[in-house]
Amino acid sequence: MKITKEIVRKTAHLARLEFGSEDEDQIMNDLQKMVDWVDKLSEVDTERVEPLTTMSSEINAFRDDKPKPHLPRKDALKNAPKHNSEYFTVPKVID
Amino acid sequence: MKNFQSLSEIRSEIADGKLSVSLLVKHYLKQIEDMNGRLNAFLSVYADEALRQSHSIDRKIKNGTAGKLAGMVVGIKDVFAYKDHRLQCASNILQGFQSQYTATSIQRLINEDAIIIGHQNCDEFAMGSSNENSAFGPAKNPINEEHVPGGSSGGSAVAVASDMCQVSIGSDTGGSVRQPAAFCGTIGLKPTYSRISRHGLAAYASSFDTVGILGKTVEDIALVLEVMSGADEYDSTVSQQPVPRFTEALKNNKYKVAYLSETLEHPSLNYEIKDQLNDVLEDLKSDGHQVAEAHISMLDYLLPTYYVLTAAEASSNLSRYDGVRYGVRNEGGNLESMYKKTRSKNLGVEVKRRIMTGTFVLSASYYDAYYTKAQRVRRMIRDETISILEQYDFIISPTTPTTAFKIGEMKEDPMQMYLEDLYTVQANVTGIPAISIPIGFDNQGLPIGVQLMSKSFNEADLLDISKQIITFKDQKR
Repeated sequence: MKITKEIVRKTAHLARLEFGSEDEDQIMNDLQKMVDWVDKLSEVDTERVEPLTTMSSEINAFRDDKPKPHLPRKDALKNAPKHNSEYFTVPKVID
Repeated sequence: MKNFQSLSEIRSEIADGKLSVSLLVKHYLKQIEDMNGRLNAFLSVYADEALRQSHSIDRKIKNGTAGKLAGMVVGIKDVFAYKDHRLQCASNILQGFQSQYTATSIQRLINEDAIIIGHQNCDEFAMGSSNENSAFGPAKNPINEEHVPGGSSGGSAVAVASDMCQVSIGSDTGGSVRQPAAFCGTIGLKPTYSRISRHGLAAYASSFDTVGILGKTVEDIALVLEVMSGADEYDSTVSQQPVPRFTEALKNNKYKVAYLSETLEHPSLNYEIKDQLNDVLEDLKSDGHQVAEAHISMLDYLLPTYYVLTAAEASSNLSRYDGVRYGVRNEGGNLESMYKKTRSKNLGVEVKRRIMTGTFVLSASYYDAYYTKAQRVRRMIRDETISILEQYDFIISPTTPTTAFKIGEMKEDPMQMYLEDLYTVQANVTGIPAISIPIGFDNQGLPIGVQLMSKSFNEADLLDISKQIITFKDQKR
């Protein structure tokens, strides 16, 4: 599997990351090494093996659905880089 | 003040009137003051608060109302939420973050009168095997400061090894408690997946992440495990199984122990570690345990499986760091550009590498070839591991292929660094418990650890055999 610049750019966009041209070469190189290395898994015959998707033996150990006070809004907002009295604020999305 | 090996030793000195919790806290604070500038183990120290708490716990001890952990001073890795205290996961992206609640595991310690003395250095978001990926610079190995302490819970191991606290709470996703424990000469336990609630532990790879314990003695580790384990209404995956009295587990039983010849014959294994592991096998035999050779066919697939799945889970878990709800923000005109600038400028190189790998293996065209494939191989590895543990009580192996390497030595080659986790990832890929215990030193005086793994939820026997190995090592000295 050859990692191209196009794959790097598409993946970076999906990950909401951006790389300058030097860093882009580096990450392309790293990704290529990583992919070559994990390609080892293709040696394993997994034809009749189901994917293992959960590690806990519990199935949804939920708490009772009872109303009670949760994180107060003031506390929830306190770590935000920008907020007003009610909301997190971000650059304008809709014109 | 002497280096107390266990809480019971501390408590008996307190009972004899020779020690108080406040004197003990002052001792650790002095140790931190003297050494932290060099070793970089703690990122923040809660001195005034710890002293205040120590006075109230001293009163409780006098009145006979103290909890099980009164007198235990604990450091926590910079991935655990502790209400109204900073939390940064050793990353620039979380600058200024203050936790709004306390992790369940940490709260349970506090409820039993443990004192939290500070947050400890680690690799950024627990990704690394050397503590070099920290936004705060590397922690140093106290045995030789030119060497790494291991990672990702590096600061946590350094703090225990240099008596800056009695016990550290770390996290173990692929060896992040056991590997630094081995490099620094302490004990490190990774319990069964889901044994301890992950609520309040910053997520790296959720189907691998385990709260772990670093300490000086098996007794302390057993006690802390007993306190932290069990059902929690804030973690829907946590085990509902009753928690055994781990402190009563040290029964001196005889066991069947398997070593895997493929792990001992691996080309990357340092010969001194191999020799000392063989000595342990001889000790076990002469002590009446059964020791036998077993085989693993999947060894070469452990690390690729681990890296595909953890990178995938990390890319998903770390999408939350977007400059909106917490941490820092870099403006970029529009929303998308703000996300990209914030993440690119404030996440470290290794974290971005894993996010990219994870995003790649999860993207539509490659999902089946890499991600689903690794999930299938994960099942095969788990099944093979379980079948070995149906015949034997434990699998014994080195904890690491090498002893602590030099700072900067592996910086240029991340793939070489990944090999450090060769022996530890199996327990995380399969969910079973594992422990690293110190067994000696190499010719440079750097510590060597041995690892034992057991069936899921069988930490009790794991602690028992560990205690026995440590005891006959001590007797030989």
